[in-house]
Amino acid sequence: MTVVGWLLVLVILAAVVAAAVPFGAFIARVMTGQRTFLTPVLAPVERGFYALAGVEPSKEQGWRSYTLAMLAFSGAGLFSLYALQRLQAYLPLNPQGFDGVPPDLAFNTSVSFITNTNWQNYGGETTMSHLVQMAGLTVHNFVSAATGIAMAVALVRAFTRSEAKTIGNFWVDMTRAVLYLLLPLSIVIALVMVASGIPQTLLASVEATTLEGAKQVISIGPVASQEAIKELGTNGGGFFNANSAHPFESPSAWTTMLQIWTLLLIPVASVIAFGRMAGNWKEGRSLLVTMGIVLVVGVGVVYAAETYGNPLLTALGVDGVAGNLEGKELRFGQALTALFSVATTGTSTGAVVAMHDSLTPLGGLVPMFNMLLGCITPGGDGSGLYGILVVAVITVFVAGLMVGRTPEYLGKKIESREMKLAMLAILIYPPLVLGFTAVSVLLKTGLDSLNNAGPHGLSEILYAFASTTANNGSAFGGLTGNTLWYNTTLGLAMFLGRFAYIVPVLALAGSLAAKKKAPASVGTFPTDGPLFIGLLLGVIVILYLLQYFPALALGPVVEHFAMLSGKAY
Amino acid sequence: MAPRSATSLFDPAITRRAIIEAFRKLNPKTLAKNPVIFVTEVVSLGVTLLFLRDLVAQNGQALFSGQIAAWLWFTVLFANFAEAVAEGRGRAQADAMRKTRSDTRAKRIVDGKRVEDVNALDLKVGDVVLVEAGQLIPSDGEVLEGIASVNESAITGESAPVIRESGGDRSAVTGGTMVLSDWIKVRISAAAGSTFLDRMIALVEGAERQKTPNELALSILLSGLTIIFLIVCVSLWPIALYSGATLSVTVLVALLVCLIPTTIGGLLSAIGIAGMDRLIRFNVVATSGRAVEAAGDVDTLLLDKTGTITFGNRMPSEFVPVGGVPEKTLAEAVLLSSLADETPEGRSIVALAKSRYGLQEIDLVQVNAVVVPFTAQTRMSGVDLDGRSLRKGAVDSVLESVGLTAGGGPADFRQAVERIARTGGTPLAVAENKQLLGVVHLKDTVKPDIKERFAALRAMGIKTVMVTGDNPITAAAIASEAGVDDFLAQAKPEDKLAYIRKEQQGGRLIAMCGDGTNDAPALAQADVGVAMQTGTQAAREAGNMVDLDSDPTKLIEIVGIGKQLLMTRGSLTTFSIANDVAKYFAIIPALFLATYPELGALNVMGLHSPRSAILSAVIFNALIIIALIPLALRGVPYRPVGAAALLRRNLLLYGLGGIAVPFIGIKIIDLAVSHLHLA
Repeated sequence: MTVVGWLLVLVILAAVVAAAVPFGAFIARVMTGQRTFLTPVLAPVERGFYALAGVEPSKEQGWRSYTLAMLAFSGAGLFSLYALQRLQAYLPLNPQGFDGVPPDLAFNTSVSFITNTNWQNYGGETTMSHLVQMAGLTVHNFVSAATGIAMAVALVRAFTRSEAKTIGNFWVDMTRAVLYLLLPLSIVIALVMVASGIPQTLLASVEATTLEGAKQVISIGPVASQEAIKELGTNGGGFFNANSAHPFESPSAWTTMLQIWTLLLIPVASVIAFGRMAGNWKEGRSLLVTMGIVLVVGVGVVYAAETYGNPLLTALGVDGVAGNLEGKELRFGQALTALFSVATTGTSTGAVVAMHDSLTPLGGLVPMFNMLLGCITPGGDGSGLYGILVVAVITVFVAGLMVGRTPEYLGKKIESREMKLAMLAILIYPPLVLGFTAVSVLLKTGLDSLNNAGPHGLSEILYAFASTTANNGSAFGGLTGNTLWYNTTLGLAMFLGRFAYIVPVLALAGSLAAKKKAPASVGTFPTDGPLFIGLLLGVIVILYLLQYFPALALGPVVEHFAMLSGKAY
Repeated sequence: MAPRSATSLFDPAITRRAIIEAFRKLNPKTLAKNPVIFVTEVVSLGVTLLFLRDLVAQNGQALFSGQIAAWLWFTVLFANFAEAVAEGRGRAQADAMRKTRSDTRAKRIVDGKRVEDVNALDLKVGDVVLVEAGQLIPSDGEVLEGIASVNESAITGESAPVIRESGGDRSAVTGGTMVLSDWIKVRISAAAGSTFLDRMIALVEGAERQKTPNELALSILLSGLTIIFLIVCVSLWPIALYSGATLSVTVLVALLVCLIPTTIGGLLSAIGIAGMDRLIRFNVVATSGRAVEAAGDVDTLLLDKTGTITFGNRMPSEFVPVGGVPEKTLAEAVLLSSLADETPEGRSIVALAKSRYGLQEIDLVQVNAVVVPFTAQTRMSGVDLDGRSLRKGAVDSVLESVGLTAGGGPADFRQAVERIARTGGTPLAVAENKQLLGVVHLKDTVKPDIKERFAALRAMGIKTVMVTGDNPITAAAIASEAGVDDFLAQAKPEDKLAYIRKEQQGGRLIAMCGDGTNDAPALAQADVGVAMQTGTQAAREAGNMVDLDSDPTKLIEIVGIGKQLLMTRGSLTTFSIANDVAKYFAIIPALFLATYPELGALNVMGLHSPRSAILSAVIFNALIIIALIPLALRGVPYRPVGAAALLRRNLLLYGLGGIAVPFIGIKIIDLAVSHLHLA
C-alpha cells in the first residue's frame, strides 16, 4: 500500500460526495415533482409521454397497484427482450449476422437486464446484434435503474407521510428517473467518454495490420453510450466480454476513475435525497457514513491483501514488490483496482477492471461479502437505498427496544406487520445463495462448470449466486455459466433476488405510509448519530456474517489460511 | 400504599412446582406457540433417536450423541422452567385472591322487598342484593341505596376501610370485598366469572395471556432467524460434503440449536409475565399486556392538578399588611378570626401565624367570643370579641363589609390583591372594625418532590400536561411552579377528550388517570387510562389499568415499568444474537478440523478437542437460559436518562457483553468437560 494509492482512493470518494450533495438535492426535487432547471425543457416531453400512455400523473397509487404496475412493466420488458434476442437474426442492425440467442441464454440475459443485474453468460461482441445491444440491453440499462429509483422513492415517501393510502405513481416516478436523472447525465458522460477515446460507432469492426503484417479484426460498436449508462445505472454489463478491463471500455486510469465516480454517483446521491425527503439531512448522513465505512474498510482489506500478494508465488521467484498482479490491468494499479472491485460490488454494478477470480482469498472475500449483504454499501440505483432501509428497520427493531419504547424509525412504529415484511425480504437471500450453492455442489452438472477445485471452486459458485441474487452481475470468473443448469438457476436467483425482495418492501411502504408519524423526543431512539451508525454496522456485520460464516469459512477463509501455510487450490 | 410482599426470586414452593410444570410444558401442542423452542424440541427428539441408534450400533458415538441430546433437552426444559417460574409467582398471588371468592352467599331482593338467600354464582346482571355489616359483597355492582364502610383489602391489600355510597363517584363496589358497618343495596353489574376479581385472577395467572403486539413482532424476528439458520445448517451438509467432510446430523443439530436464538426465545414469555407481575406488585392491574407496552411508549402524561401535583387544599404563604398596619397586628387578627375555622385552610392559617409570628392560641369560649361562621352568602367568617369585630374572607365581600365598593380599596391593598391573583394564589382580605388590615396569600401548594419527578419525565422524553378547573392565570402560575410542560385550564371533561384526540392526531401516545364517571370517555380514548380503584364503575371499565391504591402519581412509575419490559426484551435479544459469534468460533473449526486443519486458526479459544468444543457450546447455550432467568424476571433496570444514554449503556452491557461472555463461558465449560473426560 502507498500513501499515493490511498490519496487516489480518498480523492475519488471525495469527488463522489462533492457531486452527490447537490445532485441528491436535485433528485429529491425531481422525484417530489418540484421545479428544476430542466423543467422548462423536459416537462413538455414528460407530459407527452403521459398523454401517449394514458397516465394521469396526479393520480397516485396504493402499494398494491404500484407493485402491479412495476411487475407489469418488468414483465413486458422480460418478454420483449427475450423475443428480441431470439429473433435477432431476422431483425436489422445485425452486421455480424449473429443467429438467434439460444432459449436458456436468452432467458438468463432477459432476466439479467430487467433486474438491473447484467450478469453476462455471453460475450457481447460475439453474441448480440447492435439492435439487441441498443434497443434491448441499453434500454433496460435505463429503465431497470429507473425502476429501482422509483421503488426507493416510494419507500422513502412512505416514511414521510402520515396516514396515507398512496405511495406515489410508478409511471411518473419511472419516467422522471429516466428523463431528468439518467438520460441527461448519461449523454454528458458518454460525450466525455468519447472524448477520452472510447469508440461510438455503428460499424462492427475495423481491420488492422499488425507490425508483423498480419490482419487483425477488432470489434467495435456503440460502446461509449452503453458505457455511460452501464456505470450510471449500476448495471455493469459490458459491451465486451472483458468489461472495463477492455481498452475500448476503459482506455486509461483516468477513464477508470471516471467510471468509479459515475457508478457511485446515484447510489450516494439517493441517500442524500433520502435525507432531504425525510426532512433531516442527518438521517441520510448516518446511512451514508455506515455505507462509507463498509466501503473504505473493504477497499483497505482488498488493497492490503493484494499488495501483500501471494507468498506461494513469491517463493517461486516472482517479484513480490507490486503484490498480486495476476488478473489485473497494469495500467490501473493496485489502489484503483481495489477501489473499483469494492465499489462495483458495494453497488450492484458488477463491472470489473480485474479478474476477481484471481484476487487473493481475502481480496476476493470482500467483493463476495459486499454482495452477500445484498449490495447496500452504497448499493445499486435505488436498490441500495431500499436495501439499507430494510436493514435499518431491522436494526431499529432489535436495538430500539433497548431504550424502552416500541421501536420507531423516522417516526414510524415498527410493529409485527413491518417486521414480517422486512423479514420476508431478508429471508429470500439464504435459500437463493446457500440453497442453490448447496444443490450445485451436489450435482455433476454444477461441478462440471468449475475450473478450480477445493475451496476456490466453492468460492466461484458461491460468488455466482451471491452476485445474481444481489443483482450485481459481476462474475468471479472461472465458472462457466452458460449451461442449462446455471442459466436457469442464476436466472431464477436474479429474478427472485429482485422481485421476491421488492414486493415485501413495497408492502412495507404501504404499511408505513398508513401509519401515523410520531414526533421525535429525547425518549426516541436516535437514528441520526454515531450510535446508530455503530449499531447498523454491528447488525450488518454480525447478522449477515452469521448467515454466511460457515460457507465463507469453507471458501475464501480456509483458502487464505491454506495459502499462508503453503497450499494452493 | 401497601406493596404486596415480594416473593424471593426462587421461592422453594414455586420452584418445585415450576420443575414439574417444565416437564408438562414439553407437550408439543403448548410448545408450538414458541417456534424457537419448538424447533429445539423437534431436533432434540431427532438426536435422541440417533443416540439410541448409536447405543444399539455400539459405534462409539453414543457418549457424545447422548450428551448432546441430554443438553438439548435441558435447553427446552430450562426455557419451560423460566416460563413456569414466572407463572408460578403470579399464581401464588391469584391463590390468595381466590380464597375470598369461594362460596359467597347473597341476599337477593325480589320484587322490591322480599329477600331470598342465593348462591353468589347464581346472581345475574341487574339483580339487586342487600349486603349488611360483616358480609362479603357477592359480585361487582353499583350502590343503589345506603352508605357503608367497606374493607377492600382483598383486592387492594390496603386494610383501611373506604366509604361506598349511592350516587356520585364512590358508588362502585367490588365482589369479594367486605362491608364492615351499615348496609347497602347493590345492583349487580357483572355476571359470575367475569367480575373484577375474576379478571384479576385470570390476569395474574396469565391464563388469558395473549402475545402482545411487540412480543408478536419479536416472535416474527426470532422465527425468521430460526428459518435462516435452518437453511444455513441444512445447506452446510452438501457444502461440507463437497469440501470432503461428512457431517453427522448430531453436530449439525448442535450447530443449529446454538445459532437459533434460544436464549431470548426461551425467556420471552417469562419476561412478559414478569412485567405484568411487577405492575401487580405495584398494586396496579392492567387489563392487557398491550397496555403495559403502551405505557412504555407514552409521550404525554395528562395529570389532574388536585391531588397529583398539589396537595389539594390551599395553604397560606404570607400575610401582607396594608395602610401601615404592623405585620404582627395583622397576624394576630388573622389568627383570631381563623381559630374557629376547622377547614384545612383555616387550620393551616393558624399554624402559620403561630410558627412565623410566635403567637399563642386563646380559648374562644373563655373570652366569650362570638363566632361568625362562613356562609355562601356572606363569603366571610370571623369572630366578635371585646368589641373587636374581626372578619376574613373573599376580597369583594370584605370590601363591601367595610363600606368600600367591590374592586376598590386603597392602592397598596389593590396592589397586593392583584399580585397574589397574578401568581395564581387566592387573596383573602382581613378587616377589623371596618378597617382593612391586609391580605392573606393562600396558595395551592405544590407537592415538594414533584418538580424533580417532572424533570425526570422530561429526560425520558415525556411531556407532562396539568389539567385543572382553575382559571388560566392560576393554572399558569402553578404550572410554572410545578414544572409541567403544558396545562389545560378551566378544563371540562370534553376538553380533556379533545386534548387527547389532538395529541393522538399528532402521533403521540397519551396516558391519563381519572376516577369520575365524566372521566370515562377520556380514559377510554387515552392509550393508557389508569382508573382509580376508588372511582366509579364506569371509569374502571373505561380504563385499561386500575390502580388499587388510587394514587394518581403512580402513572410515572407505570411508564417506567412499561419501559423496563421493552428494554428487557431488547437487551436479551441483542445478547442472544451476539452470542452466536463465539459459538461459531467454537463449532466451525471443530467441524472441519479433519478436512481443513488450517481452520484450526479460528479456534481462538483453544478448545480441547472438536467434540469438547461442540459439547461446550451446547452446554453454554442451555445454561445461559438458567443464568438469565433472574434478569428476565427482575427486568433490566430503567433510569430516566434519555434514549441515547440508555442505549449506550445497554449496548455496552448486552451487545458487547453478549459477544464477550460466551467466549469466556465456553472456554470454562470446555476446561471442565475435558477435565471430566466427557468428550
